[in-house]
Amino acid sequence: MEETLAVRKLDRLGVVLVTTGVAATALLPFIYVKANRIAAGKPMLLTQLLNQPSALILTILLLATAFAVLFLQNALLRLVIATLCFAALLATIGFAASAFTPPASNAARMTPGGGFWVLFAVIGLVVSDALVKIKLTPWMRIAALVVYTGLLGIFLASGLLDDLSIMKEFATRSAQFWTEAVAHLLLALGSLAIAVVIGLPLGILCFWVPKLRAVVLQGLSLVQTIPSLALFGILMLPLGYLATHVPAAASIGIRGIGAAPALIALVLYSLLPIVANTVVGLQGVDPSVRDAAAGMGLTRRQILTGIDLPLAFPVILTGIRIVLVQAIGLVTVAALIGGGGFGIFIFQGLGQTAMDLVLLGAVPTVFFAFSSAVILDAVIDSIRGSAA
Amino acid sequence: MSMIEIRNVTKRYGTAAVVDNVSMEVEKGSITAIVGTSGSGKSTLMRMINRLVPITSGEIFVGGQNIMDVPVTELRRKIGYAIQGHGLFPHRTVSQNIATVPQLLGWDTAKIKSRVEELLGLFNLDPATFAEKYPHQLSGGQQQRVGVARALAAEPELLLMDEPFGALDPVIRGKAQDDLLEIQKQFGTTVVLVTHDMDEAFHLGNQIAVMSAGKLLQCSTPEKILTEPADPFVQQLTGTSDRALKLMSLLPLKESMEPAKSDLAYALPQSLSLRDALAEMIWQGVGEAAVQNADKAPVGSISMTRLLELGRKA
Repeated sequence: MEETLAVRKLDRLGVVLVTTGVAATALLPFIYVKANRIAAGKPMLLTQLLNQPSALILTILLLATAFAVLFLQNALLRLVIATLCFAALLATIGFAASAFTPPASNAARMTPGGGFWVLFAVIGLVVSDALVKIKLTPWMRIAALVVYTGLLGIFLASGLLDDLSIMKEFATRSAQFWTEAVAHLLLALGSLAIAVVIGLPLGILCFWVPKLRAVVLQGLSLVQTIPSLALFGILMLPLGYLATHVPAAASIGIRGIGAAPALIALVLYSLLPIVANTVVGLQGVDPSVRDAAAGMGLTRRQILTGIDLPLAFPVILTGIRIVLVQAIGLVTVAALIGGGGFGIFIFQGLGQTAMDLVLLGAVPTVFFAFSSAVILDAVIDSIRGSAA
Repeated sequence: MSMIEIRNVTKRYGTAAVVDNVSMEVEKGSITAIVGTSGSGKSTLMRMINRLVPITSGEIFVGGQNIMDVPVTELRRKIGYAIQGHGLFPHRTVSQNIATVPQLLGWDTAKIKSRVEELLGLFNLDPATFAEKYPHQLSGGQQQRVGVARALAAEPELLLMDEPFGALDPVIRGKAQDDLLEIQKQFGTTVVLVTHDMDEAFHLGNQIAVMSAGKLLQCSTPEKILTEPADPFVQQLTGTSDRALKLMSLLPLKESMEPAKSDLAYALPQSLSLRDALAEMIWQGVGEAAVQNADKAPVGSISMTRLLELGRKA
């Protein structure tokens, strides 16, 4: 009787997470020790590192987290344990990297292995699950994001992780890294801004003119089906032609390759979610509300800005969220045509079979996409919550 | 003096006439109920008065002015408008909703605030409780009251209502109708109300306009609609089974009583209609009753025989 109750109390997500974590720890290497950046590394399991105090502490904290996930109902307690475990995970990979790096070697690379990444994801899920169960307000969620980013920042700034391969790659490219980070964000946010400026009026127009709606939405859906690489290629031809034949176009930076085709392609991809969500959002406004507004003598513009757009705004913002996360990912591909961004590191790394360099491009991209999703979700929820 | 004058108004969509050559007048300070089945054009006719539906041909005058000579938003801001399902702005509070037209008209903040509080009080909604609530936090009856309060906010001389009580349950609907009558009496607002509920039309209307297939079949007092139906459809719409009672419900006891007598044990208030008096006397089992005024002083009497005579077809 007691046993069945205990089993029933087990968190099903918890069981999956713990099983995954245990399997990853036992079977996947925690760290690869490589003589140089392209050498095949020597895999090390976490269990092989137990002679190090940090690895021992991490193992204890991993067990504590597993226990908390399986048996503790208190989400706050779980959050504290998982956060400590998170910190220990980062510290351990740093210490392990330092321990295996030969003195005064610049060539050796300590790459985090599958075991590390799976544990990273599992503990991340435990933390976010605990945060969801605590039922944070939207603004508290952004605050939590800031706190965990800050925690990561402290680790990076402390130099603890400097012997990791990804940080070694960063150290040799730190100036370029920040340039590409700015280029990446500029391309993503810039294309979003342009898409909003074009897409919002287009969406409103599509809502007013049903005949236009079908044409525009089908056209934009068609664009969405073109693979990004192909679209970049398609844009090269007309833009290259424009740049060579219209000096004015060339002088404002339009060329067949570079930021111009990247920006145009990103805007084209961004239009469908924004236009479609604007139309859907406006369609969701109760027609009797619009009728009452017209009957009371609001002008067409007052109805649009005072009634229609505020009521459709949460849905439009959902479209903007989709676009931003999508654009942050797509910008990486833009590196192929000289658009810049973190994709530079990814494609260089692929070319040199240096996976650490690929990570230097991929990790920050994932981080940006994740953060912007959390922030925009919080904003959407706070708007929905205040005037449901 | 007539508040609204509708002259030979027609509305066509393609070749189909939704409103077909309608002419009628609405007296200042009266309530006109436009009734008809769905698709009869009753809503379309009403919506032409504030130009929500453009007129194909004919003319409408409001307060002596051709509505086409007034800028459309200015016209609408002078006419109250309340609709079924209230049409409140879900993202604005009750007080912001009510303040809509006064704000459009540029009233100053203090005046708007006092008007909002006055209206909330008038509709039995405590300003301290309701002013800052959002529409979704109110019950259906409260939402409907806010909808009518919003329509009356800028003190319009004319109020258009499109099935305003259609979404309410019968008990709340009766209360809302009585509230409307009282407020209409207090402000002297002219009301044009579209409904498919004949009882509502008889309860509220000083004048009833019956529409069918875009045509105005009859526009006259409720008594005449009952006693002199202009068309078989009008008779069908009012129903024949209880027309004696319907007629009696329109006649006040006060105007039909006989001189006071001293030996009557049972008394009725003079504010009742003949129908209510009859029901009360059947229930109490009395053949004759005294009639009292509001101070319980006897002012007349009524007998069952007399009541039954009054219910007869003229």
